[in-house]
Amino acid sequence: MKQIIRKAYYDYEKEEAWLNGMAAKGLLLTDYSWCRYAFEEGTPGAYIYRIELLEHAPTHAESRNYLEFLEESGIDIVAYYMRWVYLRKKAADGPFDLFSDAASRMRHYRRVNFLFSGAAIVEFLIALMELSIWLTALRTGNAHLGFAPLGAACLLAALGVLLLSIGRPMRKKLRKLKQERSIFE
Amino acid sequence: MDLDHAALTEGVYYILLSLYQPRHGYAIMQNISALSGSRVNLGPGTLYGALNTLLEKRWIESLPGQSAGRKKEYRITAQGKAAVEAELVRLRELIKNGQHITEAESI
Repeated sequence: MKQIIRKAYYDYEKEEAWLNGMAAKGLLLTDYSWCRYAFEEGTPGAYIYRIELLEHAPTHAESRNYLEFLEESGIDIVAYYMRWVYLRKKAADGPFDLFSDAASRMRHYRRVNFLFSGAAIVEFLIALMELSIWLTALRTGNAHLGFAPLGAACLLAALGVLLLSIGRPMRKKLRKLKQERSIFE
Repeated sequence: MDLDHAALTEGVYYILLSLYQPRHGYAIMQNISALSGSRVNLGPGTLYGALNTLLEKRWIESLPGQSAGRKKEYRITAQGKAAVEAELVRLRELIKNGQHITEAESI
C-alpha cells in the first residue's frame, strides 16, 4: 500500500535519519519530489537510506558514471530531485555510508552549504540593485516607483538571510570536522 | 609540505593493496572490509573520488579491453607499488619508535 507524506527538511542528515526511522518501521521510500515523500510497505529494517547532493545534474556524464558505480556496488537509486539523489542499500549487506573519511565528508558538506549560501549571495546582490534603483529615484525626484524597489530589496534581503541560516548546520559540521582533522585522518 | 613523503590515508593505502590483483569497485570495498576485519568500511563516494585521483596520479590503471556492461576493473601500477613501499618504510618507523618508547616505559 502506498502512503504519501508531505514534509520539509532543511538539514539533509535529519531527513536521512527520518527516512531510516520510517524504513525501520517498514515504510520504504520509493519516490520523492518537492516536499512529497512516497512510501511503500516492506520488511522493517531491510534498507538503509542515504541522500547525496551531486556535483552536477544527474544527466551529466560525470554523474552518470558515478551513479552507475553506485549501482554496481549494490546501491539502489530511489529518486532524483534536481541535484539531490535518494539512495538505499540492503541492510544485510553491511553498513552504508557514502563517505568514510573526513576529506570527502567535508567536500560534500561544502557542496550542500554552497547550494544555499550561493543562492543567498544572489539574493543579496539583487537586493542591492533594487536599493540603488530606489536611491536613484529618490535623488532624481522620480516618484512614480514609490517604495516598491525598497520593499523588494527588504524582501530579497530577508530571503537571503533565511537561505544563509539554512546552511548553518552544514557550516557547524564543517567546523567540527576541521577541528577533528588536526588530530585524526 | 613535501607531499611525496606525506602519509597515505588509510583508505588509499588499502585501495592500493587491494589492487595488487585486478578488482572492480565493489570488490575493492569487500576486500578492504575483509582485510581489516570489518574495521574499515570504505564509503562508495569516498572510493569513487579516490579511484579517480589515483588514476590521475597513475598509481592505478583501469584494465584495457573491457566490453560494455561489464564492471570496470582496476589494478596497481609500478608507480603505485613504489608508493606502497615508501608507506611501509614510514609505517615501520612509526611502529619501531612507538614500541621502543612504550616498552621502555613498562619495564
